[in-house]
Amino acid sequence: MAAEKMSIAKALNESLRKALDTDPKVLIMGEDVGKLGGVFRITDGLQKDFGEGRVIDTPLAESGIVGTAIGLALRGYRPVVEIQFDGFVFPAYDQIVTQLAKMHARALGKIKMPVVIRIPYGGGIGAVEHHSESPEALFAHVAGLKVVSPSNASDAYWMMQQAVQSDDPIIFFEPKRRYWDKGELDTESIPGPLHKAAVAREGSDLTLVAYGPMVKVCLEAAAAAQEEGKSIEVLDLRSMSPIDFDAVQTSVEKTGRLVVVHEAPVFYGSGAEIAARITERCFYHLEAPVLRVGGYHAPYPPARLEDEYLPGLDRVLDAVDRSLAY
Amino acid sequence: MTVESTAARKPRRSSKRTSAAKTPAQTPEGSGPQLVQLLTPEGERVEHPDYEIDLSADELRGLYRDMVLTRRFDAEATALQRQGELGLWASLLGQEAAQIGSGRALRDDDYVFPTYREHGVAWCRGVDPTNLLGMFRGVNHGGWDPNTNNFHLYTIVIGSQTLHATGYAMGIAKDGADSAVVAYFGDGASSQGDVAEAFTFSAVYNAPVVFFCQNNQWAISEPTEKQTRVPLYQRAQGFGFPGVRVDGNDVLACLAVTRSALERARRGEGPTLVEAFTYRMGAHTTSDDPTKYRADEERAAWEAKDPILRLRTYLEKQELADAAYFTALDEESETLGKRVRDVVRAMPDPDRLAIFDHAYADGNPLVDEERAQFAAYQASFAEEGN
Repeated sequence: MAAEKMSIAKALNESLRKALDTDPKVLIMGEDVGKLGGVFRITDGLQKDFGEGRVIDTPLAESGIVGTAIGLALRGYRPVVEIQFDGFVFPAYDQIVTQLAKMHARALGKIKMPVVIRIPYGGGIGAVEHHSESPEALFAHVAGLKVVSPSNASDAYWMMQQAVQSDDPIIFFEPKRRYWDKGELDTESIPGPLHKAAVAREGSDLTLVAYGPMVKVCLEAAAAAQEEGKSIEVLDLRSMSPIDFDAVQTSVEKTGRLVVVHEAPVFYGSGAEIAARITERCFYHLEAPVLRVGGYHAPYPPARLEDEYLPGLDRVLDAVDRSLAY
Repeated sequence: MTVESTAARKPRRSSKRTSAAKTPAQTPEGSGPQLVQLLTPEGERVEHPDYEIDLSADELRGLYRDMVLTRRFDAEATALQRQGELGLWASLLGQEAAQIGSGRALRDDDYVFPTYREHGVAWCRGVDPTNLLGMFRGVNHGGWDPNTNNFHLYTIVIGSQTLHATGYAMGIAKDGADSAVVAYFGDGASSQGDVAEAFTFSAVYNAPVVFFCQNNQWAISEPTEKQTRVPLYQRAQGFGFPGVRVDGNDVLACLAVTRSALERARRGEGPTLVEAFTYRMGAHTTSDDPTKYRADEERAAWEAKDPILRLRTYLEKQELADAAYFTALDEESETLGKRVRDVVRAMPDPDRLAIFDHAYADGNPLVDEERAQFAAYQASFAEEGN
C-alpha cells in the first residue's frame, strides 16, 4: 500500500492489523474490542481475522485488563490494551503506576514490559461525564512510562507501530475528536523516531507548541494570524514523555516567543513543564514570557459548555497577541 | 461477635425481619469437616476422603528440614532488623507449613507470584534467601531475576500480583503448555478489588492458576472479621471455581491440596482458591506491635498448633528421624543463620548513579540528562577534595 488518504481511526486500525500480522505475540485486549470492534471501531474486523485468542474481549474491569496484560507481558506477549474512555483509566491507574511503570526497574532490568495502553482522550465530541478528559500529565509524571499522542493519520499509523515494538510501557493517547479527520498516509515511508517532535508549520514570529487534538487548532490559528501578517511556527510535540525539548528550543531560538496549547488543565500541566524548561534553556532568546492556553482548574464541564472550556481559535490567537505585545 | 452485634443493631419491626437477622452469618471457623487436615496438632496422621498423600521418610524429613531452615532464616532476619541491619522485616513465623507445603507442590516450570512474606516459598523455588533481604535492607526493590527460578518479585501493594499471575496463566494456556501458576496473597488482600478481578478473569479464561490465600487471621491490626462475612474459601463458588480450606499449619495437607489444585489447572480445568487457615505468630512487620491489638491467649492457642512441632512429633513417633538427624539439622540451621548475617552485613550500598538504572528499557533522554547532571554534581565534590 502506498500513499493514500485515510482517517486517523482507519490508520490505527490498519496499524493494529499490521502489528497482529507481523508478530504472533501481539495481543489486543479490552472491553468490546472483539465483535463490536471497539466503541470507536478502532479494532473493527480484527477479531474476525485474528481470532478470539488474539483480539480478546475482556470483563469490564480496567485494573484487571492492565494487571493481566502485565502478566501476559511477563510470559512474553506484547499486549495492546484499550481503555474505552479517558475517564475510565483510573480504576487501572494503580496497576499502571505501581506495577507497570516500575516492573523493569524493580527487576534491575531483567524483565521488560512491552505493553501499550490505548486511551481515546480529550473533548469535543459532546460526550457525558468521564468521556472527555485529558489526564496525560498524570502519566507523564511517572517515571517508567512513556506518553505519546498522534495528531494525524500518518503519525497514528507509524507511532502505533513503534509503540508496539517498544520494550517500555507506552500510554498511547488517541485524540478522539480527530478520529475521523483524514490525512495522507504512506505505509511504506520510513518514519522518524517515536519521541521526536515535528514542525507542522514553519514560521518566524512565535512558536505554538501542541500535541494531539490541539495541533489542528494551532494550525488554524497560524493560518488566521498569517492573514494579519504574523508568521507562526507550529510544533507538534507527538510525545509528552519524553519531550523533545531540543526541537522546542530550536524553534524558540528562532522565533523568541512561545505559547503552549493543550486541552488539559493548565495547572501542573505539560505546558508548565515546557515553560519552565524553555525558560531555563532560552532565557536570553525569549522576547516574552512563555504563555499557556488550556483547560481550567475545574471539573470537566457538561457538553454544552465544553466549547468554553476547550482552547479554541480565539483563545489561541488571544495568547499570540499577548505574547507579541511584549 | 460480629453476628451478635449486627443482629442487635437491626430494628426488630417484624418477626420475619427478626428471624432473618438471626440467621447466622457464616463466620470463619478453622475447624470442622470443611478443614482439610492430614496431620493433627498432636502429630497423628489422619485420612481425608479427597486428599491422599503417601510420602517417603526422605520426603517427610525434607519438608521438616525446609520448615526448620525457613524459620531459622526468618528469625535471623528479624534479629538483623533489630540490630539495624534491615529497615523492615515481614516475618513468616507460624506460616512455614502453608508455604513449604504449597511450595513443594510446584514443578520447576510452574510460576509463582508472591506477596512480600513468601520466604518459605522462595526457599522452595531455590532463591538464595539472602537475595530476599536486599529490599528490606534498602539496596534494591528485589534482588533476583524472576525468570531464573520462576519466582516473581515481591509485591507490596496487596493483591496486585494476583492479576499478574492470572495474566501469566492466560499466557501459559495460549502457549499450550501444561505448567501452572500460584498466586499468593493474604486475608487482607482478599478485600482488594484486584483479587476479585483476578478471580473473574481467571474463571472467564479458565486460566491455570491456583490462588493460595494464607489466612493468617490478621491484616496488620485488622482481624479477618473486618475483611469478610463468609469463610474466604467460599468466595470461589461465586466466581465459578472450587475453593477449599486447608489446615495451614499442616504441611502434608497443604502439599496435598495444592498438588491437587495444580493438577486440576494442568488438566485445563481452571483456577482453584486454596485458603490456608493459619496464624501469623509474630508482628505483621517489625514496625507494628501485636500486643496492642490481640490477646496473648490467642497466640498461645495457636502455638499449640505449631506446624514444625507437629511434624517433629510425627517423625519421632514413627521413628523416621533420630536424635543425630535433629542435631545435624540444628547445626545446619546455625550455619545458615551465620551466612545470612555475614552476607547482609557485607551487602554494599548501590552505586549512587543506580538511581537512574533501568528506569526505561529503551532509554529516555530526560533520564540521561538528569543522570549526567547528578554525576557532574557528585564529581564536583571529588574535585574539591571532599
